[in-house]
Amino acid sequence: MSVTNDQIKLHGLKLEEYKKIKDLLGRESNLLELGIFSAMWNEHCSYKSSRIHLKKLPTKNEIVIQGPGENAGVIDIGDDDAIVFKIESHNHPSFIEPYQGAATGVGGILRDVFTMGARPIALMNSIHFGSPENSKTQNLLNGVVSGIGGYGNSVGIPTVGGEIKFNSTYNENILVNAMAIGHANKNKIFYSKAKGINKSVVYVGSKTGRDGIHGATMASAEFDENSDEKKPTVQVGDPFTEKLLLEACLELMKDNSIISIQDMGAAGLTSSSVEMASKGKLGIELDLNKVPCREKNMTPYEMMLSESQERMLLILEDDKEKEAKKIFDKWDLDFVVIGKTTDTNRLILNYDNKKVADIPIKALADKAPVYDRSWSKSKPIKNKVKVKDLKKIKIEDALIKILSSPNHSNKNWITDQYDQIVMCDTIQKSGGDSAVIRIHKKDKAIAVSVDSSANYCKADPKVGGKQIVCENWRNLISVGAKPLAITNCLNFGNPEKKEVMGEFVECLEGIKEACEFLNYPIVSGNVSFYNETNSKSIYPTPVIGGVGVIENLKKVIDINTKKTGNLILIIGKTIGHLDQSAFLQENFSIFDGPPPEINLTNEKNNGLAVLKLIKDNLVQSAHDISSGGILVSLAEMSMFSGLGLKIFKPKKLTNHIEYFFGEDQGRYLIEISPNNKSKVENILKKNNVFFDHVAEVQNDTFEIEKVLNLKIKDLHFYNNQWYKKYNGIN
Amino acid sequence: MKSSVIVFPGSNCDRDIAIALEKLQFKNSMVWHKETELPKSDLIVLPGGFSYGDYLRSGAIAAKSNILSEVVDAGKKGALVLGICNGFQILIECGLLKGALLRNSGLKFISKDIFVKVISNKNKFFNKYQSEEVLKLNIAHNEGNYFTNKEHLKELEDNDLIPIKYCNEKGEIDSNSNPNGSINNIAGIFNNNKNILGMMPHPERMSDKLLSSEDGLPLFLSLIN
Repeated sequence: MSVTNDQIKLHGLKLEEYKKIKDLLGRESNLLELGIFSAMWNEHCSYKSSRIHLKKLPTKNEIVIQGPGENAGVIDIGDDDAIVFKIESHNHPSFIEPYQGAATGVGGILRDVFTMGARPIALMNSIHFGSPENSKTQNLLNGVVSGIGGYGNSVGIPTVGGEIKFNSTYNENILVNAMAIGHANKNKIFYSKAKGINKSVVYVGSKTGRDGIHGATMASAEFDENSDEKKPTVQVGDPFTEKLLLEACLELMKDNSIISIQDMGAAGLTSSSVEMASKGKLGIELDLNKVPCREKNMTPYEMMLSESQERMLLILEDDKEKEAKKIFDKWDLDFVVIGKTTDTNRLILNYDNKKVADIPIKALADKAPVYDRSWSKSKPIKNKVKVKDLKKIKIEDALIKILSSPNHSNKNWITDQYDQIVMCDTIQKSGGDSAVIRIHKKDKAIAVSVDSSANYCKADPKVGGKQIVCENWRNLISVGAKPLAITNCLNFGNPEKKEVMGEFVECLEGIKEACEFLNYPIVSGNVSFYNETNSKSIYPTPVIGGVGVIENLKKVIDINTKKTGNLILIIGKTIGHLDQSAFLQENFSIFDGPPPEINLTNEKNNGLAVLKLIKDNLVQSAHDISSGGILVSLAEMSMFSGLGLKIFKPKKLTNHIEYFFGEDQGRYLIEISPNNKSKVENILKKNNVFFDHVAEVQNDTFEIEKVLNLKIKDLHFYNNQWYKKYNGIN
Repeated sequence: MKSSVIVFPGSNCDRDIAIALEKLQFKNSMVWHKETELPKSDLIVLPGGFSYGDYLRSGAIAAKSNILSEVVDAGKKGALVLGICNGFQILIECGLLKGALLRNSGLKFISKDIFVKVISNKNKFFNKYQSEEVLKLNIAHNEGNYFTNKEHLKELEDNDLIPIKYCNEKGEIDSNSNPNGSINNIAGIFNNNKNILGMMPHPERMSDKLLSSEDGLPLFLSLIN
């Protein structure tokens, strides 16, 4: 029985792709095989549009243990400790069903991390919504936030921060990117590559149901007004089972019984079995009658394409089954041998004693289509914005406007729904420049930050790409961490459009250049295309998740100013770049002009100098300067500590608006004791770092002489105003 | 001092509480919920988390697990039992404590640092705190809104059975400092004999200066004779 053209299209495959399938099989495929091909060849699983570009990224250096291609990246942080991490998108499902979409996004990324033998120690996220006034936004926001919290809280992994942004570009395509970070012994990392013939293939975890069938195919297409009908393709999460699976897997990993392990994520049983076999250059044969099913009469097609959550596939050493089963019995989880590895290099599926599918593994993995899609060069905005009434704006009013805007308003009302403390190793929660997590029972920590700058990327994809990497690097340095490596989630529109593909290619060029310069490799990641509805694409939104190490817990720095009389220095040069700034957006609704330039040499030099000052115990608090410029960053420091600041007027820049709100890059604010002034200045001069004095810490007034005078409680008031109104809180 | 921390499927604060206890030299054992015998212990802890996924009702299924009948027997015989967060919910579900823990009044999961005031230190759990001392602790729950009927509430208030109440930094107990809508700002309660304590805030999360404060440690110290 061959398949029809309609069936091919419904599976998201092109007719020429089906022709290729026929050639690879040497015959027509049956419906089950078509489903399997569609699951493996869709954009989400095959990276067919992005693969040739991703290959150009730097993925290796002396600390990288495992780069892209496995469930997650692995880096060495010394003393046999390894950090395993990855970020992944769950954009499409979260728009259709926000709670479950976001929850299963968290579940999936956690499995990616513990599959590799790591205990997850933190979760982060980057979530982007449409404009707050959009009728869908509030519901989506509430659903996504409850979903993220509902899953992470229940599994018991702290959700320690991330970013929440609003922009009308996401009105019909929200972004939900979740990142998980785990800790492992570097000598006990587990991989998905199968080894050996006739080894048992074991299914563990939840039963297979009819949920999420074709989820990955759904995530590889754009939306239209009928997208609600795709709800059944969204999976349903069960964090309770995830917790059991996590504990059972980690318990089993203590001895040497696992040859290979792979979670059943996108495209479920299909992709996990094919991936293991493909990496091991083996075949795999499954008896589908043995698959634990949640519902009666499930067909092979449904079993192979279900994306039911909380399931894993293991290949075990001979004679280890009994002991392994004991562990899964203890945790009340299914443990069933459903097949074996073979030397046929084929995926063979049997059901009711009949062979129901027979596909060369290579056809599914290596032979998946790869497209060098045509792309057009972007036209970066070069002309600077000219604002006539710029100087009429009062600095105090402008600051208040930014602080009380949705994007800069206090986000505690969201992060208070996440358990940030469970596991008792959270040294810094969300709200600062990076989250800081102690390595359990050790004297060191890691820092994690997640960043994006869609406005910059839209205006100039290459500069934007560079900027995010740099901002992420800066955020880690600001807490005293040495930045080590990143994971990225590349959220873009339809890659079949030249302009979108152009944005993708150029953003990657920027990311590549910055990563190479900063020796900041990319060890894992995910591409999410087709973030598009009715042919309208989102702004290019690459998200970078960076990890750094703090070797001594005594050297963790936060953004809390510490003592009146202390000085605040600015590191890095201020030119006053207002284009694309929060200032112009919030005060004039202008979203125009080029993004701030990135000077990688200065970026690195400034960052390393700050890190040196921190190591020499000369810094008491630090904050990177990003959206909103100097004044907003200073206000954030004051709001955290409750201490005021006496802010000096610029000596050189005559335009105060440009000075206080410009978003020049590569800058930090650091608090130092006046006693260390000359010591600090000497180090900075010696390293050719530009610096200046910007403020002095004082009691509770935040002021610029004759320009601005606010109490800290006023800053809090304005910073809390927006969400209270939005949520109807008095 | 010997302690036992009961581990249910879905418990996730079991490791945290064990670390706090071990820091104070408790000889601690982790007891799996399927066990039918409790090791000899001076203190039994039901930790926080989402036992059985909080399905059916928070704590409802855990209250029926094997080991719980042992815990109930021991508690009735006077053993010290501490239920934190999900553990408090389990103590209510198994009947060792009275009342109910409803959904938070804001209908959202809340995790943040809060303040509680020590109302009564004349008991085994709070004797190392000053009376009226204000503590900073952390909460993380969806169902922590304590409710009980008038008669029982009176009994609790009259017999010193409410050791801690939510308050603000200055120690003022009012509706603004009540994070979840609990009746009379109740953050924890005792049984009549004061050997069984259920509380929503997590003392184990405030047992390490490097992370936050050590306001939770005196609770465990109080238990050491």
